[in-house]
Amino acid sequence: MVGQDTPRYRAVNWILRVLLLLAALSCLLPILNTVAISFSSKRYVNDVMFWPKGFSLSAYKKILEDEQFFRSFWVSVKKVVVGTSINMCLTLLMAYPLSKSERIFPARGHYMRVIIVCMLFSGGTIPWYIVIKELGLLNSFWALVLPGAVNISNTIIMMNFFKGLPPALAESAAVDGASPLQTLVHIYIPLSTPSIATLSLFSIVGHWNDYFNGMILINDPQKIPLQTYIQSLVADISTKINSMTAEEIQAFSEISSLNFNAAKIVVAMIPVMVIYPILQKYFVTGLVMGAVKE
Amino acid sequence: MKNRKDQRYYHLMLIPGMIFLFLFSILPMFGIVIAFEDFKPAKGVFGSEWVGLQWFEYMFKLPDTGQIFCNTLIIAVAKILLNLIVPLIFAIMLSEVPGKHFRKFVQTVTYMPHFLSWVILAGILTNFLSLEGVVNSIVELFGGDPVQFLASNEWFRKILVISDTWKGFGYSSIVYLAAIMNIDQQLYEAAAIDGAGRFKRIIHVTLPGMLPIIMLMLTLSLGSVLSANFDQVFNLYSPVVYKTGDIIDTWVYRSGLLGYQYSLATAVGLLKSVVSTILIVVSYKLADKFAGYRIF
Repeated sequence: MVGQDTPRYRAVNWILRVLLLLAALSCLLPILNTVAISFSSKRYVNDVMFWPKGFSLSAYKKILEDEQFFRSFWVSVKKVVVGTSINMCLTLLMAYPLSKSERIFPARGHYMRVIIVCMLFSGGTIPWYIVIKELGLLNSFWALVLPGAVNISNTIIMMNFFKGLPPALAESAAVDGASPLQTLVHIYIPLSTPSIATLSLFSIVGHWNDYFNGMILINDPQKIPLQTYIQSLVADISTKINSMTAEEIQAFSEISSLNFNAAKIVVAMIPVMVIYPILQKYFVTGLVMGAVKE
Repeated sequence: MKNRKDQRYYHLMLIPGMIFLFLFSILPMFGIVIAFEDFKPAKGVFGSEWVGLQWFEYMFKLPDTGQIFCNTLIIAVAKILLNLIVPLIFAIMLSEVPGKHFRKFVQTVTYMPHFLSWVILAGILTNFLSLEGVVNSIVELFGGDPVQFLASNEWFRKILVISDTWKGFGYSSIVYLAAIMNIDQQLYEAAAIDGAGRFKRIIHVTLPGMLPIIMLMLTLSLGSVLSANFDQVFNLYSPVVYKTGDIIDTWVYRSGLLGYQYSLATAVGLLKSVVSTILIVVSYKLADKFAGYRIF
């Protein structure tokens, strides 16, 4: 293009580079700080910036002895696997009939209205809690996965994707004698693996990151997921730290184990960090998919 | 095209999901009757005494109510504005900077906080912002007095708004980047031939090209003016900052689930739900009318 090689243009490019680098650093440094704390010796926890001070693996060794951590980690893994499977099965089962036109599936409008009402309005936390209590789900693993079994926005994204597939596919399958379920399993699902992958990854991250259900629906510490466990630790520490003077914090961090907590936070981040590169490849497509209009 | 047997399949495929929606979304909607009762768990929803609008009257007399609605509104509106402006500027900067690999690097790093939970980020920010944390070390380096950011009523809202923007600006910029990519390159070339510099091109080509998506995002965020993000506030606040940081959702959680004032908390939550739903419906209608955007 014209005028791209002037000194002024290049100078602005350098300013942009610096500003964007600062933005990237702003995202990286707080995380790095906690990672550095987790690898530091207890004594120097308060002096750590972005590099461990008095390098030590003691915090991670301590995690290996923390039974609660492992139990919660396992609960989280179960929650992710079971929860995501339920989410995806229901998403696909619901999205398929909803993607049909009213001409083919006249009752579609009624179902859509129910779904839209559920999406727009909620009874609030307290009635939701009372219902779950009355269903006898409190303190059970199922309380972590069943209340969120239907993910409405995922269902709508999937529905819009199915709508984009040529209707002739389903018609010719029907001529060959396939039932709608067979058409879904043998034709629609193989054609939409990228979208299914995207939605599954989002569902995995969502289940991994959820602490709220574990916090209010589960009382038994044996059954809480990892994020709920870490939430209780962080809440405990931050209430204390927020009401302390600098000297008190110094003294407190010598007896407590800020590096131990930091290590737990780091380990809880690892699964998301592992999925993240795969996720990144897909989520732009996912967002574009969500914008597909009727 | 209508096929009897297929209809049965369609209904059967929808039923499992509908059962879950009925249990966990529709039943709680009926549960809002407890906002009009003096609900006692022992007596149940059907056995509790009917009190009409008593809780709503009580709510408006309660000094907390004005405070939490006010806090929620201030925090939510500030977040909506910054969550619009910062990703927008970021996307424009990103699209102007040369170097594919550099762009990719910046994107990878800035999208990351979006995928971490507020539990994790609260742990990280507590370390980062504590009296002995990195930020205060820098403040002291420049001769300032250290601040207890998360325990200061002067700072708490600012921290909420800044950290919310910080978590989401990278990820939110995706939509704007996509809009910039869709702008016709010929417009830029024509502008360049007319002698427009980079800044002029941004003002006269990029921004007008992004206007529809900007309006759409602004309209759709209307529904969240009463939702200041429970997860974030809950994980960062403490009793010292209730005055400036307590929002409707956290108050409902504390008074309802921790304080067992089920009816009062449901009434407050109901008021919020109703207002939010109206705003969302209005915003969807506006989005449909002005941007031709339809979700369903």
